[in-house]
Amino acid sequence: MMLEIKDLHATIAGKQILNGLSLSVNAGEVHAIMGPNGAGKSTLSYVLGGRPGYEVTGGSVTFMGQDLLEMEPHERAAAGLFLGFQYPVEIPGVSNVQFLREALNAQRSARNEALHSAGDFLKLAREKAALLGLDMEMLKRHVNVGFSGGEKKRAEMVQMGILDPRLAILDETDSGLDIDALRVVGDGINAIMRQPDKSVLLITHYQRLLDYVKPDFVHILSQGRIVKTGDAELAKHLEAEGYDAVMAA
Amino acid sequence: MSELATLPTRKDEAWRYAAVEALAAAPLADWRTIAVAAGETFHECLTIGDSEVAEVRRLRVSVADGARCELFGVIAGAPYARIEVEVTLGKGAHFEMGGVTVGGRDTVREFVTRVVHAQPDGTSNQTVRSVHWGQGTGNFLGNIDVARDAQKTDAAQSFKGLLLEKGASVNAVPQLEIFADDVKCAHGATVGQMDETARFYMAARGLSPEASRRLLVQAFIGDAFVALNDDDTRERLMRMALDKLDRHL
Repeated sequence: MMLEIKDLHATIAGKQILNGLSLSVNAGEVHAIMGPNGAGKSTLSYVLGGRPGYEVTGGSVTFMGQDLLEMEPHERAAAGLFLGFQYPVEIPGVSNVQFLREALNAQRSARNEALHSAGDFLKLAREKAALLGLDMEMLKRHVNVGFSGGEKKRAEMVQMGILDPRLAILDETDSGLDIDALRVVGDGINAIMRQPDKSVLLITHYQRLLDYVKPDFVHILSQGRIVKTGDAELAKHLEAEGYDAVMAA
Repeated sequence: MSELATLPTRKDEAWRYAAVEALAAAPLADWRTIAVAAGETFHECLTIGDSEVAEVRRLRVSVADGARCELFGVIAGAPYARIEVEVTLGKGAHFEMGGVTVGGRDTVREFVTRVVHAQPDGTSNQTVRSVHWGQGTGNFLGNIDVARDAQKTDAAQSFKGLLLEKGASVNAVPQLEIFADDVKCAHGATVGQMDETARFYMAARGLSPEASRRLLVQAFIGDAFVALNDDDTRERLMRMALDKLDRHL
């Protein structure tokens, strides 16, 4: 089992957002989580990532046999969890190359793996940038500073390619992408994550990314818990009929 | 002989945030005077590292027509430390300064400058970054005087303070006295705390809280040395400041 969430309850600023969410993800599976605004989709991703301010008030999360909720955010990353941000953060003064090399080596160090030299790292970064159609020059610039919405999302996926996680939680990675970029990013996710020992949790409003990254399961999140689970067809029904109709069915 | 027969007091505008009592144990240094001949460049790095007593460096520079004066400094030691510079610029002369103060406990560290644009077409650029914790204080008192004849003067001053802990403080006192009517004088001062959103983003990529803090501080103080073209010197100055932070962590 890659990820097992049991009866998860979480609050932010005292407000209950997750209300008994349960979800099991096996290695090799892609799960899509869809849901209306305010359902708790982003909260789920932040709780799994360990963001300060998101308080777990009940339930458990096991990630590859470990108690995820006991781990610090950077320890979760080193254990193989990648959180793709809906709004990637700008870090003025820090280049992507420096940031990602330090991040990768921090993870490798935590796993007692050999560190990447500057040369090895650049080779890896160039390969992943090419995969996502991102100009290598962009990676020499400061993290996300001056990037368009689409470039930020591509850069997130380049980061994912470099860090090579076991589980990727991608929070609205499709927002801000035009049709061409959507295909490139979708292909990138498949190339990086469609592996027997890896899993993806795609959090999205829309069906369109799912045309490229075919989910094995689609879950509808509403009021902090999963109210319906189906296969890829469920997402198509949602797109055609809307949340209210599908949830009522 | 020192110009100040008696110790300065906080009633002096240029000493208003100084730890003047700390000067009792250390005689106030004389001004060092430097004349930069027309067309020449004077370049110097001023650093104040570990010291048990107050440290004051005072430099008076006259920069002849078309000449340059470049000063870069780090103040990372002494209970009270001050780098005080008076620069008088000739026609078309340039003054460049980058300064960093770092410190905790109850230390006071400051840059005090007076830039006199005495002739037309002079330019000056000053960048000071202060990072403090504990009860530490960082100050930048910057005077810019533009004489009546000094038309087309272009003077800029930027100060940013980063407070790592409650109790630390910074003071910025820009003072512009402008008697010419066709000049550009820009000054800006901000104070803030660590960007916790950026830190969570960095943690989600695998960086520990210490590593993300160091990287953000490095980016923050790096501004002061953008105009320093010598990589080795920049590296040395950055390390001096960051080592101080590392010892605090």
